[in-house]
Amino acid sequence: MAFLEISAVEKRFGKNLVLQGVDLNVDEHEVVCVIGASGSGKSTLLRCINGLEAVDAGTITVDNRPVLQDDFALNRLRREVGIVFQNFNLFPHMTVLRNVALGPREVLGLPRAEARERATRLLDRIGLADKAGEYPDRLSGGQQQRVAIARALAMQPKLMLLDEITSALDPELVAEVLEIVRELATEGMTMLLATHEMSFARDIATEVCFLDEGSILEQGPPEQIFTEPANPRTAAFLKRIIAAGRL
Amino acid sequence: MLVRRAERRLALSDDANPDRRLLRPARVLATIGLALGLLLAVLLALYLARNGLRDIRDTFFAWEHLRDSFPSVRKGFWLNIKLFVVAEALVLVWGLVVVLARLAPGKAAAPVRWLAIAYIDVFRGLPAIVTIYLVGFGLPLTGISFFEDLELFWFGVLALTLIYGAYVAEVYRAGIESVHWSQAAAARSLGLSYSQTMRFVVVPQAVRRVIPPLLNDFIGLQKDTALINVLGLLEGFNRARIYAGNNFNLSSVVGLGICFVVITVPMTRLTDYLVKRDQRRLQAVA
Repeated sequence: MAFLEISAVEKRFGKNLVLQGVDLNVDEHEVVCVIGASGSGKSTLLRCINGLEAVDAGTITVDNRPVLQDDFALNRLRREVGIVFQNFNLFPHMTVLRNVALGPREVLGLPRAEARERATRLLDRIGLADKAGEYPDRLSGGQQQRVAIARALAMQPKLMLLDEITSALDPELVAEVLEIVRELATEGMTMLLATHEMSFARDIATEVCFLDEGSILEQGPPEQIFTEPANPRTAAFLKRIIAAGRL
Repeated sequence: MLVRRAERRLALSDDANPDRRLLRPARVLATIGLALGLLLAVLLALYLARNGLRDIRDTFFAWEHLRDSFPSVRKGFWLNIKLFVVAEALVLVWGLVVVLARLAPGKAAAPVRWLAIAYIDVFRGLPAIVTIYLVGFGLPLTGISFFEDLELFWFGVLALTLIYGAYVAEVYRAGIESVHWSQAAAARSLGLSYSQTMRFVVVPQAVRRVIPPLLNDFIGLQKDTALINVLGLLEGFNRARIYAGNNFNLSSVVGLGICFVVITVPMTRLTDYLVKRDQRRLQAVA
């Protein structure tokens, strides 16, 4: 059984069917990239896996446990599933260190010193140890996003969901964030990414899925998807991306 | 010839700047208004100087009455200060309790929410003086021994806390709802529970944002301590009034008024400063 199993998932907002029967499996140590136009349902899919949105039909299981909308199960799930958002969503009233230490301290119940130590180690790893005492608004977008990744990692998750984490960044800040993701991939972190960074996806993904109007039209190894897409809509999407100079 | 050219130039300059053309009547009006206002002020001053100025001074600003009443007024005003300091501390906590009840999630918490909404509706709708009257005179009559032994002062504190708790709960609510939902999503996705999310992420940000409107309500609370006089508590206003009645002179009340203004003005300035600082910070972020 795959670590993450999504089967026949539907999600609607009002009359709008955002996900219409999505099936997707992610095995341990796999890096799966979901590509597709804005509004194709990428973010919604990730938010459903994390239980931030409830699905209307279908099932999602993480590590053989179904994602249910009850608080106890959700809190347990979220210890194992980290998510990083497009807009960082750091806590602006806490220092960088406290942002990272909050989860270990309050959710995992680590002693204060131990939580801080874990946070310090992570900040060191993302190269921001010197910013530990700063507030997020003093950091650049790229630095903030790196802290957000560290915050998610501090829970020592088994699965990371990355929701277009470079879309809100200035172009020159994208590389420093992707570098960290690349490191995670080489360390064997199981990841599901929604991304517009096609060359990056091509580089690190073990599997790429093309999501279009709420369903997965095509799925396969990156080389196949990017060089000889079988579905004409995938081909058209990639053509637009290439025309925009993003691949 | 010369006149004509001048006229043409005038017309040209007007056309060149249509704003100025619009401004001219406005400026004329403003000048007339200012002149009229000055004239009125001068006339009023003349009238007062001839007839009532001394009477006004003697009624409201008689130095010897201000001086003689001050020890008593000061003693009373000290009670007003104690009233609002204690009430403000309680209101901060009570308002938070009410708003958390008001926003409690889930079906099971519905009665709690209704209770909170009813409380807020009732105590925001009741005139302060009615609440004070009902609390101060009503509760001791209920036969509950706790209320029978309570000092008058604490009835005042209780009434003010009930009144302002409702206002402050709404201020808190505005603050909590202004914290973007993505903050709660980030906290929940880390595995924090609803109450942890409120405690560590939402409420601290909300409280920071509502400090200016909160101080504004506190200014109101400070002034409303004078209403406690209906309970017969010898606070500032009651003492000033007694002096005024005995001496047929209102200077004592003016003295009390000055006391209130003196403590309120710094509070107002502080609020202004905090609002400005907030705006600057918001602009810096944007």
